[in-house]
Amino acid sequence: MSDQLIYATEVILNGLMAGVLYALVALGFVLIYKASGIFNYAQGVMALFAAMTLVGIMNGQVPFAHLINAIFGAHITHFGWNVPALLAILMTMAVMVLMAWCVQHFVMRHLVGQEPIILFMATIGLAYFLEGVADLMWGSEIKTLDVGLPQGLNVWIDDTTYGIFGYGFFIDNLDIVATVIAAILVAALVAFSQYTKQGRAMRAVADDHQAALSVGISLSFIWVLVWSVAGFVALVAGIMWGTKSGVQFSLSLIALKALPVLMLGGFTSIPGAIVGGLIIGVGEKLFEFAIGPLVGGATENWFAYVLALIFLVFRPQGLFGEKIIERV
Amino acid sequence: MLDAANTTDVQVETLLEVNNIEVIYNHVILVLKGVSLSVPKGGITALLGGNGAGKTTTLKAISNLLHSERGEVTKGSVKYRGETIHELDPAALVKKGVIQVMEGRHCFEHLTVEENLLTGYYTRSSGKADMMRDLEMVYNYFPRLKERRKSQAGYTSGGEQQMVAIGRALMSKPETILLDEPSMGLAPQLVEEIFEIVRDLNEKEGVSFLLAEQNTNVALRFAHYGYILESGRVVMDGPAADLRENPDVKEFYLGMSDEGRKSFRDVRSYRRRKRWLS
Repeated sequence: MSDQLIYATEVILNGLMAGVLYALVALGFVLIYKASGIFNYAQGVMALFAAMTLVGIMNGQVPFAHLINAIFGAHITHFGWNVPALLAILMTMAVMVLMAWCVQHFVMRHLVGQEPIILFMATIGLAYFLEGVADLMWGSEIKTLDVGLPQGLNVWIDDTTYGIFGYGFFIDNLDIVATVIAAILVAALVAFSQYTKQGRAMRAVADDHQAALSVGISLSFIWVLVWSVAGFVALVAGIMWGTKSGVQFSLSLIALKALPVLMLGGFTSIPGAIVGGLIIGVGEKLFEFAIGPLVGGATENWFAYVLALIFLVFRPQGLFGEKIIERV
Repeated sequence: MLDAANTTDVQVETLLEVNNIEVIYNHVILVLKGVSLSVPKGGITALLGGNGAGKTTTLKAISNLLHSERGEVTKGSVKYRGETIHELDPAALVKKGVIQVMEGRHCFEHLTVEENLLTGYYTRSSGKADMMRDLEMVYNYFPRLKERRKSQAGYTSGGEQQMVAIGRALMSKPETILLDEPSMGLAPQLVEEIFEIVRDLNEKEGVSFLLAEQNTNVALRFAHYGYILESGRVVMDGPAADLRENPDVKEFYLGMSDEGRKSFRDVRSYRRRKRWLS
């Protein structure tokens, strides 16, 4: 194999794994959009919030410490214990479910039957509110997150490829773990929505709110469920991204990277989110590798958006978007 | 106020009693101006009237689907088996045995026919065997749905979608079905077929129906009792057979007249002399 081809293969593999991380974020959007027709602008912030809560719990931080100290003149910051990763993840999940309930109870419930644009505006408000709450609860310092996922160069792949091609591939362990977890997550989500009663109800609600109500499906329950699942996906995405690049406020911007993924894959398709993520991941890495040097690099910043734009022109519903059923 | 139960057999138990309800949408639009009616157990009761008369609103006021459309019942009461129900949510009502089949069919388009039917089982939890038995019962009444069980409901014909909607309601084991405009957009032959099935369900399964329908002719042939709504008020009611013979009903709803065509001016004068019952 020629050197160029070997390098390209490595680039593609890395692109695939980066794509999985994009897909994880996009997945959260798809879930809520499918079930309630709401484009949840706050999905990125939810990932941030989940990651911060997880770090906070693991480090035994006192939530709202600054607030408490300011009001009572105390100086507490930590409980003085560390919570094991698995328990902390479970506790964070409980927090996300609570958040889902609050979103439904205090925001969405009052907006039933409103225009989609109004619901969208509400999620923008929610995004800023949640960001503020995260700041107030856990402070704004950059933190590192380590839940025990393997990180760094995968030696086995490096050795094997070196043995075959005379060139060792650099593949991050974290990316491999992320891929496996994403695959499990997607399989679980698909199984849930296809084969369980609540999953069927979720899809029914997505199709027709009124009809779902009329057969006795409780919309508020389904929406809490959907927001909880989206919260869970946000938590997984938050763990992956947080471990990769630290838990900081810029984490919420990964939501922007999910947009082109959604345009490619379609807003309503779970497999679409995955394939869209992979295409964007591979596409931008490969483009940077092949064309980048010719145009001065940094193509990763805009490649995804241009690709999305092209898709919007030629196939607005995305690759896997739901066909609009129209009987003739 | 005229109580329908007095005019029908007193032995029959009244399931649903709507008492002088007023419905306002968006806090300003007054749609129902005092509607009263009652649905006896085991009967088919028709709610007739033209576009915008308030038939759908009446049904939604009963099934509590109004809330999601920013409508509310501001006066009067709705009672089911003597119990006030307009505070309940639709899910609780379905559990009590009252379910609405909405106008315009409203299938879950991306679910298969069978999945659509199964959503009707959502509020029940009597086990899988029970579910399969009821599914088989629905397929018995609608053999056509069995053939199409795996197709996406969005791709089935209008008649099949109406069958799906009724079958889905049946899966909740209802005592009363509020059926809204089943004839809408269907060929006359299909309308006939759907109504035959409604009568079958009424006779064999003992399901009571409150039927909102513009197609007065068909509705009065299958119903036992009828109410006629006009701009949010009940203007006439009586046993279906009587209504069919009533000269006003014949003229304004069935399009039959002894004196040939009427001019629109006479129609307007009818509105002035119509009787207010509630």
